[in-house]
Amino acid sequence: MKPIHWLSMIPPVGMLAGPLLHNEVHPFILGMPFPLGWIAVWIVLTAIVMAIVYRLDPANR
Amino acid sequence: MTVPLAILALAAMVALLLGVSARSGRSMGLEEWTVGGRHFGFILVFLLLAGEIYTTFTFLGASGSAYGLGAPAYYILCYGTLAYIIGYFVLPPVWAYAKQHGLVSQPDFFARKYDSPALGVLVTLVDIVALVPYLVLQLTGLGIIVTAAGAGVIDEDVAIWIGAAVVTVYVIVSGIRGSAWTAVVKDVLILAVIVFLGVYLPLHLHGGIGAMFGAIAEARPGFLTFPAHGQSVWWFVSTVLLTALGFFSWPQAIAACYTAREPGTFRKNAIVLPLYQLILLFAYFIGFAAVLHVPGLTGAQTNLALFKLVVQEMPPWAVGIIGAAGVFTALVPGSVLVMTTATLIARNLYAVARPWAEAGEIVTVAKVLVPVVMLVAVHFALAHNATIVELLLVGYSFVTQLFPALVASLLPRLRATRSGAFAGILVGVTTAALLTFTHTTMATLFPFLPAGVNDLNVGIIALALNVAVFAGVSAVSRR
Repeated sequence: MKPIHWLSMIPPVGMLAGPLLHNEVHPFILGMPFPLGWIAVWIVLTAIVMAIVYRLDPANR
Repeated sequence: MTVPLAILALAAMVALLLGVSARSGRSMGLEEWTVGGRHFGFILVFLLLAGEIYTTFTFLGASGSAYGLGAPAYYILCYGTLAYIIGYFVLPPVWAYAKQHGLVSQPDFFARKYDSPALGVLVTLVDIVALVPYLVLQLTGLGIIVTAAGAGVIDEDVAIWIGAAVVTVYVIVSGIRGSAWTAVVKDVLILAVIVFLGVYLPLHLHGGIGAMFGAIAEARPGFLTFPAHGQSVWWFVSTVLLTALGFFSWPQAIAACYTAREPGTFRKNAIVLPLYQLILLFAYFIGFAAVLHVPGLTGAQTNLALFKLVVQEMPPWAVGIIGAAGVFTALVPGSVLVMTTATLIARNLYAVARPWAEAGEIVTVAKVLVPVVMLVAVHFALAHNATIVELLLVGYSFVTQLFPALVASLLPRLRATRSGAFAGILVGVTTAALLTFTHTTMATLFPFLPAGVNDLNVGIIALALNVAVFAGVSAVSRR
């Protein structure tokens, strides 16, 4: 694992932490219940993080 | 013939024509039939890997589980996203090794890496046991779609037989290249249908997505959040992690990986594929829209949630187009699954027993096995006794047991041994089978443990035993 690869560990932790810490029904995004809205946001963040990892990964250069 | 059925028949014909035209001008050797000659670029590999997401499971399973389970269904949205991160690191070295040694199936990789034909045979058997429920899932979905679209004109059992026949012909004529190109049509159709229904139905029935969730929260308190016990947040986290580990342990996922032209393809896909998962949200919206408008479906009936609502709310021509999208979602993944299973038996069982068999003979055997595999799947599909989600989880509990040996084989120094890999997989799969078929949970095994631990997915036990035996036997046999 190169140092930049450790960045890819952020999305799994972020995505799973939301429902664990705040399992409540109140609307988050588009009126979705919090756990579902949180997961949707982290899917987008995963794509952004992986784009950064891809860009900075020496293997791709 | 009803209007929806006529549209469904047309969709099946279009798929067959696409399959035939995809192979034109190419001789169907083993490498061309199974891995497309290793010439696929970013788009086709993307579609084959994405084919894993948009199967009948998405169309009927995700909406059905949102309808039947509520919050626990959220796990489906997560595991693929996390699996693509794993794929970023695992797939390039697997691809490079397979290309270097001319491998065409997943057991080839294990057999070659660990220098053990016996391990290749064991992995093949595990794959076949896992693939059958996945194939049954596609046929079950096809049966539901044809029956619902035809308003009962065609019996569900007859629909399953027709679907199996179409998939069989399609696979024999087209191979993996046909599946990749038909996946283009399938994905465009399914994306359009799911997004349209996911926006239209909540808007039409409730006045909007937020209003729909508000109405459900009022009518069924607790349905949209994880329960305190059972399928709690701890079950959710453990299930997401287990299925993410199993995602690229499926033989058809590895076969799709072999089709790539170069390793950067997988790293690019790790960026785009998570966004593709977001479409699943709309499948959830359809299932949630059905909660208050098609009440009373339980068990395997929850598979019907989407079509019950569509038939109730849409004109016949629209039902036909939605059904046609469903036919494609069963046909493309179904064809990849049956082709993978037949190739595994021909390449990794038949050819091991007859090492002098030539490549042409192996392709012929694989094609002869396609209808045989379909007959086995039809036999189980006609039982109609499981939800689509249950079928997939059974398959995952088996293939996840291959993950430790796969990852260990990619480490810079191979410390694992063939005996360790064999023993670990054998113990893991046996444990997974016992736990699955006896419906054992953590709570029944360890009632004295705290509630959070008792809610963990029981598959963790099989995986933990697998890793322990794998490491222990490797340490002993390395001396």
